[in-house]
Amino acid sequence: MTDTPTSPSTPPAAATGGAPAGAVPLVAADGVGFSYRGGTPALTDVSLAVHAGRNVALVGESGAGKSTLLRLLLGLARPTTGTITFAGAPLTRGRLRDYRRTVQAVFQDPYSSLDPRHKIGRIVAEPLRGLGLGADPARVTEALDAVGLPADTASRYPHEFSGGQRQRIAIARAIVGHPKVLLADEPVSALDLTTRVRIVDLLASLGAERDLTIMLVSHDLGVVAELCEHTAVLEHGRLVEQGDTSQVLGRPSHPYTRRLLASVPRLSAQPPA
Amino acid sequence: MNRRSLHLVAGLVLVLIVIGAVLVSYVWLPFAPDDTSGGRLTPPGGDHLLGTDKLGRDLFTQLLIGGRIAIGTALGAVAVGGVLGVTAGLLAGFATRWLDDAFAVVLDILIAFPTLLLAMLIVAGTGASLGTAILAIGLAMAAIVARLVRVLVKQILARDYITAARIAGVSWPRIVLSHVLPNIGPVVMVNLALQAGLAVLAEASLSYLGLGTPPPNASWGRMLYEAQATVLTSPVAALAPGIALVALVVGMNLTADGLRDLTDPTRRRGRVVASDPFELADYTTVVDPALPADTTVVRRDR
Amino acid sequence: MSLLSVSGLTIRSGDTKLVDDVSFTVGPGDRVGLIGESGSGKSLTALAVTGLLPPGLTATGEVRLDGVDMIGAPERQRTAVRGPVAAIVFQEPLTALNPLMRAGRQIAEPLRRIRGLRGPALRSAVNEALREVLLDDTERIARSYPHQLSGGQRQRVAIAMAIACRPRLLVADEPTTALDVTVQAEILDLLDRLATAHGTALVFITHDLPVAARVVRDTHVMRNGRIVESGPIGALIDHPGHPYTRTLVDSARRFDAALERTARD
Repeated sequence: MTDTPTSPSTPPAAATGGAPAGAVPLVAADGVGFSYRGGTPALTDVSLAVHAGRNVALVGESGAGKSTLLRLLLGLARPTTGTITFAGAPLTRGRLRDYRRTVQAVFQDPYSSLDPRHKIGRIVAEPLRGLGLGADPARVTEALDAVGLPADTASRYPHEFSGGQRQRIAIARAIVGHPKVLLADEPVSALDLTTRVRIVDLLASLGAERDLTIMLVSHDLGVVAELCEHTAVLEHGRLVEQGDTSQVLGRPSHPYTRRLLASVPRLSAQPPA
Repeated sequence: MNRRSLHLVAGLVLVLIVIGAVLVSYVWLPFAPDDTSGGRLTPPGGDHLLGTDKLGRDLFTQLLIGGRIAIGTALGAVAVGGVLGVTAGLLAGFATRWLDDAFAVVLDILIAFPTLLLAMLIVAGTGASLGTAILAIGLAMAAIVARLVRVLVKQILARDYITAARIAGVSWPRIVLSHVLPNIGPVVMVNLALQAGLAVLAEASLSYLGLGTPPPNASWGRMLYEAQATVLTSPVAALAPGIALVALVVGMNLTADGLRDLTDPTRRRGRVVASDPFELADYTTVVDPALPADTTVVRRDR
Repeated sequence: MSLLSVSGLTIRSGDTKLVDDVSFTVGPGDRVGLIGESGSGKSLTALAVTGLLPPGLTATGEVRLDGVDMIGAPERQRTAVRGPVAAIVFQEPLTALNPLMRAGRQIAEPLRRIRGLRGPALRSAVNEALREVLLDDTERIARSYPHQLSGGQRQRVAIAMAIACRPRLLVADEPTTALDVTVQAEILDLLDRLATAHGTALVFITHDLPVAARVVRDTHVMRNGRIVESGPIGALIDHPGHPYTRTLVDSARRFDAALERTARD
C-alpha cells in the first residue's frame, strides 16, 4: 500500500487512492479548487482518485465542500483551479457525454430525486435516452430487478413508494446505463436504520455484480467503514487526511478525524446513571 | 372528496351554461342586435324574454352578445397572460442573480398596480376598444403569473431530479418541457382559472366606465351603466347583466377552487399505502421468519 | 405519582389504527426512549402526549400529563400544561422556528407568557437561556434570524425555547437526525446535562439505537403503532427479546462492528 499518514498541516501527498502505482484512475480530482464569485474558496487543492474496484469515501460535515466537489465531479461546474480528469485526461466539454455514461449519481433526498409527474419507467429510462444508449424497456426491467423491485414498478408513480424504495428507484436510474462509477451523495442518511442496512448491502452487491465502483459522500462513519476501502476527510474545503479506511478511521492522525470518530454514537455507550 | 368535487362540478356547470349560451348565440339570436322595434323598456313577456332596454333592443339578445364579450375577454386575457406570464416567469426563474433581481423589481411594481387601474392607464393611452382592453387586462395578469412561475421554477430547479436529468444528458430545453412545465402546470392552471374571473370583472368595470367596448356593442358592464338611470322602474335591465356576471365569475372561482383541491399534492386522497413486502422479504439474514406479516401503515415523509 | 401516564392510547385516521393500545409511564427525572422507524407511530404518540395531535385524527385511551387529560381536556387546559409542565423539541429546527422572528424574541415569548418577565429581567433571562445551551455569543445570536444560524445553533435555540420555563418533561422527537455528527454529539451532551441539572424527565424519540443509548434508560420499541418490547436499553441491546428489536440491534451492530474492525486491523 502506498498511502502514508501525513502530518495535519500539509495536504496529503498520496492521492493515488491506494492502487498500484501507475494505474489510471477512472475519475480523479487533481489539485482542484473552487471559489464562488464572491471570493471565499469552497475547495482548496483537493486531490482525489477513484480506481476501479476500490470504493472511495468522502467524509465531511456541512460546509466542508462535499457538495461542491460532487458538482465538479459530475461535470456540472468547472473548477477554478486544477482539473477533473477522466481516464487520465482532463474532462472537456466534448468528453462530457462519454463521461456521463461512465459516471452517474444518487442523491440524498429520496423525495426530491424523482419527478412526481413521471412514471417510474420513464424516470429510470431517462439516462438511456439522454445519453444515446437506446431506450429499450428490457433494460429498465433489468435495472429495476437489480435493485430488487418488480417489473410492474415501472407503471407506477413515485408517491406510491416509501423512502427506501425511492432510493432503490434512484439507484436503478443511475445504473441503467451500466456506468463504471457511482457517486452516492449521502444515499442513506434520510433512511431508517433497517432500510439503511438494506440499501448499503444493495450498493455493495451492485458493486460486485456490475463492475461498479462507488464513491460515497457521507458523514456516517459506520456506513463508510462498511462500504469503502479508501477514505478521504474533508474539512473547510481541504482534504486533511486520506488513505486506507482501516488506517484513517482506525488510527486517525488528524485531530478533525479523531473528533469525528469520537462523535459517532456507539452501541457500547454507557447509558446515563 | 365529495365537498370539494361539488365545488368543481357547480363551478363547471355555471361556466358551461354561459359558454353554451354564447356558442348558441353564434348560430341563433332571438332578435337582430340592432333591432330597436321592441319599444323602450318593455317588461319581460311575449317575444321579449327579458323585455327591452332603453333603446328598444331585446335584452336577452343583448345579454347573449354581452356574454360573447365576457367569454372572449376571459379567453383572450388568459391566453395573453398565460403565454406572456409563463415565458417571463421561466426566464426569470432561470436568470442569474442580477437579472433576476431586476425582474423581481419590475414584476413587483407591475403587480402593485391594481389590475383595473393598470388596464385603465393602458386603455386611456391607446384608446378604448375591446382589443386594447383584453391586452391591458392580459398584461396585468401576466405580471402575476410571471411572479408565481418565477418562484415555482426556482423551487423546481433546486430539486434533485433536475440534477439527475442533467447528468443523464438531458438538454435544458427538454428539461423545461418534460420536467419544469408539467410540474408548474397545475398551479398555473388554477391561478389562470381564478384570474379569468377577475378578467371578466375587469372588462365589465372598464366598459361600465366607458373605457372598454365602445357602444353600440353590448357588454354586460355597459348594459349595467345604461340601466342605472332606470333601475327602479325597469329593474330587469340591470338585474339581467348583473346576475349573469355574478354567475360567470362565481362559476370560474368555484372551478378554480375545485381544480386546486384536485391538484393539491398534500391531499393524498386518504390513500393508505400497503407496506412494501419487498423491503422486508429480501433481507433474509436478519429478519425472523416468524415475524408477523406486514400490516398496512400510513406512509409519511420520513 | 407519575408525571406522565399513557394508558391504552389508540390513534385512528378513519378506520386505520396509527397507534394501537400504547401504554407507558414516565416519572419525574426519568429518561425514556421511544425507538421506532417510519410509520411506527412514535411521533404521533409524542404529539398526543403534548396535546398537539393534528385535526382529523381520533384518539382514545388515556393520557394524563401532571393529572391533566391531554386527550379530552379543553384546549385552554392543555395549553396551560404546555410550557411549564411539558415542552417538545422537533427534528427540523428550520421549520420549528419562526423564520420571520429573531431568535432572541422567540425565546422571550414563552418567558414573557409563562414566567411573566418584562424589560431588563426578560432580556437577562433570554441571555441566560442562550448561555445555558452554550451559545455564548448571546448578543449576536439573539439578534439573528433562524436562517442566519447553523443547524446546530438553531436546534440549540429550539432547546432553549423549550426549557425556558423549566418544564418537568421534555419530549424530543428525533432532535439530532438532521444534524452533522459532531453537532449531534454536542446536542446529545447538552440534553443529557440539562436534564440532569434541572431534573427534567426526558422522552427521547429516535430510530437510531446508538443515539438513544447515549441518553435514555428505559426504552419502548414501537412498530406499526404497537409497543413490541420494553426494557432498560442496555438489556435491549445485549439481549433483545422481540424479533423486531433483534432486527434493529443487528442493523445497528452492522455499522458499529464495521467501525470496530477498522480499529482492530
